[in-house]
Amino acid sequence: MNKPFRRRDLLGIRNLSAAEIVGILDTAENFREINSREIKKVPTLRGKTVINLFFENSTRTRTSFELAAKRLSADAINISVASSSVVKGETLIDTAMNLDAMSPDCIVVRHSSAGVPHQLAKVSKAAIINAGDGANEHPTQALLDAMTIREHKKKIENLEVAIIGDILHSRVARSNIHLLTKLGAKVRVAGPKTLVPNDFAYLVENNLEVCSNIEEAIEAADVVMILRIQRERQDSAYFPTLREYAIHYGLTQERLNLAKPDAIVLHPGPMNRGIEIASEVADGSRSLILDQVKYGVAVRMAVLYLATGGNPG
Amino acid sequence: MADEYGLVEKSKIMDAARMKRALSRLASEIVEENQGAKDLYIVGIRRRGVPLAERISAKIEELEGERPLYGIIDITLYRDDLSTVGANPIVNRTELDTDIEDKKIILVDDVLYTGRTIRAALDQLMDFGRPKKVQLAVLIDRGREHRELPIQADYIGKTVPTKKAEIIKVMLKEYDDEEAVWIYERPIL
Repeated sequence: MNKPFRRRDLLGIRNLSAAEIVGILDTAENFREINSREIKKVPTLRGKTVINLFFENSTRTRTSFELAAKRLSADAINISVASSSVVKGETLIDTAMNLDAMSPDCIVVRHSSAGVPHQLAKVSKAAIINAGDGANEHPTQALLDAMTIREHKKKIENLEVAIIGDILHSRVARSNIHLLTKLGAKVRVAGPKTLVPNDFAYLVENNLEVCSNIEEAIEAADVVMILRIQRERQDSAYFPTLREYAIHYGLTQERLNLAKPDAIVLHPGPMNRGIEIASEVADGSRSLILDQVKYGVAVRMAVLYLATGGNPG
Repeated sequence: MADEYGLVEKSKIMDAARMKRALSRLASEIVEENQGAKDLYIVGIRRRGVPLAERISAKIEELEGERPLYGIIDITLYRDDLSTVGANPIVNRTELDTDIEDKKIILVDDVLYTGRTIRAALDQLMDFGRPKKVQLAVLIDRGREHRELPIQADYIGKTVPTKKAEIIKVMLKEYDDEEAVWIYERPIL
């Protein structure tokens, strides 16, 4: 039970123990210092190859993984769907097997379908890291969110965390719900009824409350986590208009005032200013959105180190 | 008697009083050689080099009325055996808060054996800048014949000629029940 992270793959938070999560976070803490050095590079993963295989667009996550790999002296290669053979009709498994034949040590994968990293892990000899699979999980995002929370609140246990927005489509929400409840936080979710599944509370054993309105979720919260409205998925009319969403579910300063006076605000980016979050909140003193990005590199360095630094014991 | 790792205790080669005297002597040798505490930067190598570096710094302050700069190095990310040591060694933090440029660095570790730890520490230091010079202080030197790299100590608490099957354990109150240095022997199975 009390074992630190000793897996080859990082596929999600759901299958990790609290001790494994804390182990990754502690390791990441110690990688932070490297990112503030003049020479931001250590020789640890020299000679290792990391492939960033992105079937979905991403700037932040891909850059973050690429920087993490390079700061550990690994060779990082980016493959994005637009330039890959997938558009020429190759199946996912064939793509993976072909990459595998070139002996990478680690494949970081993002895909619009849930379960793709798990499939790759079955066929690949490389360590697989999930960088987001459909609406399932985005484990490194939840880890960097947890690192940001720990930095500012010094703990996670017993914190009240409100997660607001499109819970239905959000892998960020799922990974965070798993992580935060495993570490003993009290999580409340809220958003339009069409985007907050009623049975969501069954996702985890306890400590998850589905609120009927955003004010109820934010009231007395220590952490307010705002999710991005995925405009690219809004063609099926989950709510009437973006303007109406902003009025009912946008995080304004007034709504934030319901939270604890020292509450912090997180957003996984990219932000839709004026829709899910008001600019005055996003740029305000409680917003830690850029800290999240900063800690993301350290978290990914820790994950790459743990996945490829040595043989799993 | 064998301990939890099956090691057999052979003899105590240093007790608390002797350790204290050895560290005091190291501190005076360091300030004598460097003509004072100016620009001295004492850097402990995790784990047991850290308390030793702290004690040497305190002693130097006592002697010179000036506390030298002080830092910590964790060499895990610079190890040359990462792919062979098995499960990932735990990474701890390096704390070099002051610029090392033009400083006189004194690296401090508990035991000098193959020299590989010191190589890793030197590589890491060079990534932080260009110190004026780097010297090495160790509590125990196990002897040149064990060295796998051309690395020697400038300040030595005690030289203890050892066999490969023997293990030196430096016990410090920060981590252990007592203050002592012991020789253990790995029994031949």
